[in-house]
Amino acid sequence: MMNRTKGDEEEYWNSSKFKAFTFDDEDDELSQLKESKRAVNSLRDFVDDDDDDDLERVSWSGEPVGSISWSIKETAGNSSSSHEGREQLKSRNSFSSYAQLPKPTSTYSLSSFFRGRTRPGSFQSLSDALSDTPAKSYAPELGRPKGEYRDYSNDWSPSDTVRRLRKGKVCSLERFRSLQDKLQLLEEAVSMHDGNVITAVLIFLKRTLSKEILFRELEVRQVALRHLIHFLKEIGDQKLLLDLFRFLDRTEELALSHYREHLNIQDPDKRKEFLKTCIGLPFSAEDSAHIQDHYTLLERQIIIEANDRHLESAGQTEIFRKHPRKASILNMPLVTTLFYSCFYHYTEAEGTFSSPVNLKKTFKIPDKQYVLTALAARAKLRAWNDVDALFTTKNWLGYTKKRAPIGFHRVVEILHKNNAPVQTCRDLKDRQQLLAYRSKVDKGSAEEEKIDALLSSSQIRWKN
Amino acid sequence: MAFPHRPDAPELPDFSMLKRLARDQLIYLLEQLPGKKDLFIEADLMSPLDRIANVSILKQHEVDKLYKVENKPALSSSEQLCFLVRPRIKNMRYIASLVNADKLAGRTRKYKVIFSPQKFYACEMVLEEEGIYGDVSCDEWAFSLLPLDVDLLSMELPEFFRDYFLEGDQRWINTVAQALHLLSTLYGPFPNCYGIGRCAKMAYELWRNLEEEEDGETKGRRPEIGHIFLLDRDVDFVTALCSQVVYEGLVDDTFRIKCGSVDFGPEVTSSDKSLKVLLNAEDKVFNEIRNEHFSNVFGFLSQKARNLQAQYDRRRGMDIKQMKNFVSQELKGLKQEHRLLSLHIGACESIMKKKTKQDFQELIKTEHALLEGFNIRESTSYIEEHIDRQVSPIESLRLMCLLSITENGLIPKDYRSLKTQYLQSYGPEHLLTFSNLRRAGLLTEQAPGDTLTAVESKVSKLVTDKAAGKITDAFSSLAKRSNFRAISKKLNLIPRVDGEYDLKVPRDMAYVFSGAYVPLSCRIIEQVLERRSWQGLDEVVRLLNCSDFAFTDMTKEDKASSESLRLILVVFLGGCTFSEISALRFLGREKGYRFIFLTTAVTNSARLMEAMSEVKA
Repeated sequence: MMNRTKGDEEEYWNSSKFKAFTFDDEDDELSQLKESKRAVNSLRDFVDDDDDDDLERVSWSGEPVGSISWSIKETAGNSSSSHEGREQLKSRNSFSSYAQLPKPTSTYSLSSFFRGRTRPGSFQSLSDALSDTPAKSYAPELGRPKGEYRDYSNDWSPSDTVRRLRKGKVCSLERFRSLQDKLQLLEEAVSMHDGNVITAVLIFLKRTLSKEILFRELEVRQVALRHLIHFLKEIGDQKLLLDLFRFLDRTEELALSHYREHLNIQDPDKRKEFLKTCIGLPFSAEDSAHIQDHYTLLERQIIIEANDRHLESAGQTEIFRKHPRKASILNMPLVTTLFYSCFYHYTEAEGTFSSPVNLKKTFKIPDKQYVLTALAARAKLRAWNDVDALFTTKNWLGYTKKRAPIGFHRVVEILHKNNAPVQTCRDLKDRQQLLAYRSKVDKGSAEEEKIDALLSSSQIRWKN
Repeated sequence: MAFPHRPDAPELPDFSMLKRLARDQLIYLLEQLPGKKDLFIEADLMSPLDRIANVSILKQHEVDKLYKVENKPALSSSEQLCFLVRPRIKNMRYIASLVNADKLAGRTRKYKVIFSPQKFYACEMVLEEEGIYGDVSCDEWAFSLLPLDVDLLSMELPEFFRDYFLEGDQRWINTVAQALHLLSTLYGPFPNCYGIGRCAKMAYELWRNLEEEEDGETKGRRPEIGHIFLLDRDVDFVTALCSQVVYEGLVDDTFRIKCGSVDFGPEVTSSDKSLKVLLNAEDKVFNEIRNEHFSNVFGFLSQKARNLQAQYDRRRGMDIKQMKNFVSQELKGLKQEHRLLSLHIGACESIMKKKTKQDFQELIKTEHALLEGFNIRESTSYIEEHIDRQVSPIESLRLMCLLSITENGLIPKDYRSLKTQYLQSYGPEHLLTFSNLRRAGLLTEQAPGDTLTAVESKVSKLVTDKAAGKITDAFSSLAKRSNFRAISKKLNLIPRVDGEYDLKVPRDMAYVFSGAYVPLSCRIIEQVLERRSWQGLDEVVRLLNCSDFAFTDMTKEDKASSESLRLILVVFLGGCTFSEISALRFLGREKGYRFIFLTTAVTNSARLMEAMSEVKA
């Protein structure tokens, strides 16, 4: 399969197998669809929209009126609005609108069953508490909130203990004092597979063992170890987590875990300083470079942001006046930063931090990526000369040549999106591109005529 | 169109009982806090709750105001506060901040926390640490099975995927076991059990333990469902990563179906309103197109539109009496159909627009090439270009994962270059996402040989042989080779088709991917059901790295009716996609089975990628 030849592939893609359906064009299917839509719409006059009984009524936010989600938004959104109208709306019950659902008509409610049972209260009898036979109902133990069970025995074996824990019963672990008992408890929990119980035992172990002993024992118990790591992440005990990774010699995880913290720092300068502390961490060689880049990027962004905010508010610079910035450049990806720089700082000398060329060099942005981004930015500004220049290179004899490191159809797409004049394509002396462009413009439009004229012109020496 | 079921297809059990159970249990819990109270609901629980209860039911049980649990101080003036939450640490901190603020202000109220579907010890620990243990009472609402449709039960636990497959946390396994226990209590024992995957095996064992402990409960009951099949999501990541092209899957990919309903925006409803629409078998129009390849949907809708037109036209020649009949008996149905029809036509139009804009055809072509394993270079540059143009970060990630899994990892040079470009296009912090994807085995670098990692060898030296075996095992589960090509060959996942694959008359499950690929998960299920065991599939199981985790358990059950033996419950641990559901519905129609789906959540490629992403959008 790997060695299919090009011919094979073409045949494959042109074979009838996949021709059944395309998303590309306004083909038969779509027109069929449009026709159906017209047909259905034409029936509108007859079927007016006055009754809402079979489809639900929906509030402005899109929630069905009377549904719980809707009602919550109401509580959140109002403090003094008219109560009456809302009550009226609320009385419309979302079930009536979800007509498909069975109505809540259970003739007897299970809850009425349970009401008869005495709530286990303060005078709960011992036998009651110890009886392990669950209620033989469809919903076991419903009659009694599990939290209210008390453990009156001290003699549960490790396996009985984990079984009780699994049932959600309060169960004292204090009697497992020797290391051997603790580990046996842990092994029982692991062999039962319930992660909640494993974590419960780990919480106890973490409290009653020194961290060196705990780490040492977990190193050879990977399932339990993963539970501890996840638990520490969740409760945010970063310090112990880092200690654990250090102990385990998992240097990369240690580094990543530390790095993750930057996401919680909002202030750009503080974030930058934090990233600086990440640079020396034991990442893989490849990731070290990414971390360094992250730091450098934010450092640049802070400088550019301060500078541009100043320029913009001074109101002296044309580009900022004409195209006010929509958002801050802080914490944006590199490619977005490059776009920004191509948009606002295109002509700047390489020496300035905000110049595109400087960014390209600092972050070793590949040609392809650079051209694509610059093209998008300059086309958006309709700076067609810049677009043209992007594809012009001089060879060693000083002759100029047109060259695009990216696919023509992408160039055309970007140009078309920005309503580039046909001339730009002509200047590229790119017949293929022009043909592609022709397929994008409206049939019979002035553009099409112009393209046709150009294509048939004998004056142009097409490069393809 | 809309293949009918075979006349001998078995009836589905009635799952609406699950809704009643959940509702009654909630009511019971609310009654445990008598008197007026305000209810704080976690956002993720709102939609599931909406499917089983409504505001008036809550009001009947003295719920005064409803609030969303969010990071804001509560304005509630009620004397009793009730919190309905998932067992998450951040919820505990939120509740603690409320209670502690009250304490500081010298205010006493009653607090109740209802955990759904269960309480975790880690949550209680936080309550204890925050000094409010005892000030709040805790309860559990074991609402873990929501029937989204006649054949689809969802646990609505999307976090299952990340918790287990990334973090290795087994906290939800007990929840799954409890849910299976409930099902066997209600619908009888399952005479035939099959499963594949580490998690599947653990869930199965825990469930069996539960049944043994409560011995006798299901004894003597006639089984209603003959087979149960448990499957881990990581047995087949490929299928979940593919773009969906059957209608329901496409609607999910495009508009996101949430808890069985979808928000159609103004572009679909062709009005200024959005509409929340339930998508299930009760929607007659939807039910006929949900499993269809998208290309068939248009034809069906236009046929429907014509029929509808004809039915309306009939009124022209009617006299008064006939007209009266027409209005009272048929008009309502026609109106309903008309509305549904125009909604789905609107949805199709909107899908077409979006897909054409994003060059869907090219995308699908690349996916098919990846699945078939040819033209890898070209696909790699396609992905590269996707990244360079800053097209959706999730899409780019998905394609990279698909490339990685189908190719047993990326060549180091490609891995580095794609990763660098990804970080440049979407932000350096995605370094963390890459680390997650590698840990989950979704995006890896081809390693020269199967050498032990440094940690692994260090550990192995430390421990006895037996324990070392266990450890290597644990490691291999995290970073295993996908062997997709070999599996694909063995199971014939890429159909050899001469001539046209007629999507209107599908010949196999591959139709859900335009005839290009049979979903691996569904193929495994098909093969095992055919054999009633894993016999003859040893090589496949080995390639799936599941030699220790493929199991069968048949009980001699002569009470099982032949009808029940054609009902199969498939349990997806970590989520299933609508494409898989459609494929198995198709298989069922072919073979005279009916499938019932139980999933931890309905998923798709975007959800899987988002779960792995460290940077929240």
